Amino acid sequence: MAVEATIVNVAARASLWLQPHRIVLIVIGLALVFAAAFFMRWDWLPQYYEMALVGLWRTLWILAVTCTLGFLLAVPLGLAQAAGPFWLAAPAKAFCTVIRGTPLLLQLWLLYYGLGSLFPQYPWVRESWMWPYLRQAWPYGVLALTLSFAGYEGEVMRGAFAGVPKGQLEAARAFGMSRWKILRRIWLPQAFYRALPTLTGETVLQLKSTPLVATISVIDIFAVSSKVRQSTFLTYEPLLLLALIYMAITGILVFVLGKIEARIPNKIG
Amino acid sequence: MARIIELLSPTPPGWGGTLLVGLLHSVEIAAGAFGLGLVIGICGAYGKLYGGPVVRDLLAVYTTIVRAVPELVLILLLYYAGTDLINQLLTAMGYQRIDISGLVAGIAVLGFVQGAYSTEVMRGAILAIPQGQIEAARAYGMSPGLLLRRITLPAMLPFAIPGLANLWLIATKDTALLAVVGFFELTLATRQAAGVTKAYLTFFLAAGVIYLLLTLVSNLIIGRIEVWARRGMPSLKEAR
Repeated sequence: MAVEATIVNVAARASLWLQPHRIVLIVIGLALVFAAAFFMRWDWLPQYYEMALVGLWRTLWILAVTCTLGFLLAVPLGLAQAAGPFWLAAPAKAFCTVIRGTPLLLQLWLLYYGLGSLFPQYPWVRESWMWPYLRQAWPYGVLALTLSFAGYEGEVMRGAFAGVPKGQLEAARAFGMSRWKILRRIWLPQAFYRALPTLTGETVLQLKSTPLVATISVIDIFAVSSKVRQSTFLTYEPLLLLALIYMAITGILVFVLGKIEARIPNKIG
Repeated sequence: MARIIELLSPTPPGWGGTLLVGLLHSVEIAAGAFGLGLVIGICGAYGKLYGGPVVRDLLAVYTTIVRAVPELVLILLLYYAGTDLINQLLTAMGYQRIDISGLVAGIAVLGFVQGAYSTEVMRGAILAIPQGQIEAARAYGMSPGLLLRRITLPAMLPFAIPGLANLWLIATKDTALLAVVGFFELTLATRQAAGVTKAYLTFFLAAGVIYLLLTLVSNLIIGRIEVWARRGMPSLKEAR
């Protein structure tokens, strides 16, 4: 019975969604896709297929690493601003303002060209174990994207920490929890739940920032498409495919993060 | 220290003048793109709220695609496709090919991107107006144009300003992306100056300070505008 009801429900919703004009629009959209598939040149695909996969992997890897590290950095930044003493709150606020007030491209180039040109002047840097990494481009890209994510997300976490009802923290204190335990068991989880919808948006924004690393010679999926454009002299095909790939990643991200969001209890004041 | 001042001085041995020209171009593009975005946003919001089913679906496709694809990709796509398309149209109609200036192309491309975000901001703001006001205006027999000018736009302004302020700041920062397609604005000017003088850190820090000042000054002005737009409404602190 229940299964039948769901099927009927799904069918009803589908018929509501598939109105006549939508069918026409979908047909037009499919026609455009087929026109693109047949009238544009795609013979370069097999040749660059593996390169594109490596680039895609690199983009996803950069996204995952910078979002994770950025979030770990955003928690103390938000906490310092929401509850820290002046000498912690002021630098955290200044950091967030500077990151949010300047273009990411500039930050990236500042780190890559600025710091990158500074390091070789010091012999002790060149002799240290970090030098093989500092000579490559990707650490600068990861660092810039991490700091950027931390700056934006730190501001979100400030609001999330401040938004947790005072009574919750007072109750925890009344139970004799230590400050660390309050943070770990009460404050951080609730702040995280509050920040989660924004976190989804920030993650998508972060995905859209990753192609900037191509400007400092990291070969991500965007750089692969530039390479294809340079060597095949095609303008549109690689860019269209690239846009499609980014849309697909965005769609998957929103879907997966939405699933996670739905699992979390949302009855919070 | 003396060398830094010499490098940043506005007259030719220094590169300060170059940076300022770049800043001017950046602000021009940001203002143009923001303005174009506002126009698209108002039309888009009206289309999404009052338009027929086809208009609504097309606008949904527009806002979804623009917000899901990186700005850099959109800029490349629209920059090349846009200029190419216009020139093909012109040759097909029997006119000469024209060179589209970087300024116009930049404004058009960023404005198209801004329009998608602006549409959503405006739509939310129009929905936040107590709908009785719009109904009352209709009952007075106002034409749609008059209704827009006298009721909808002023009434939605306080709700739209926080979102629009964000969009303006995004616009100023997105101009930096045009450096990738070779348009001479602040970031590209900085990179050229840095490349010639090899003083990378100095110039990139200087440009960062300029961008930051632009943001902070914008925030001040936006604060004023917000106070003006919310006159007669409960204060922000109480409302929050």
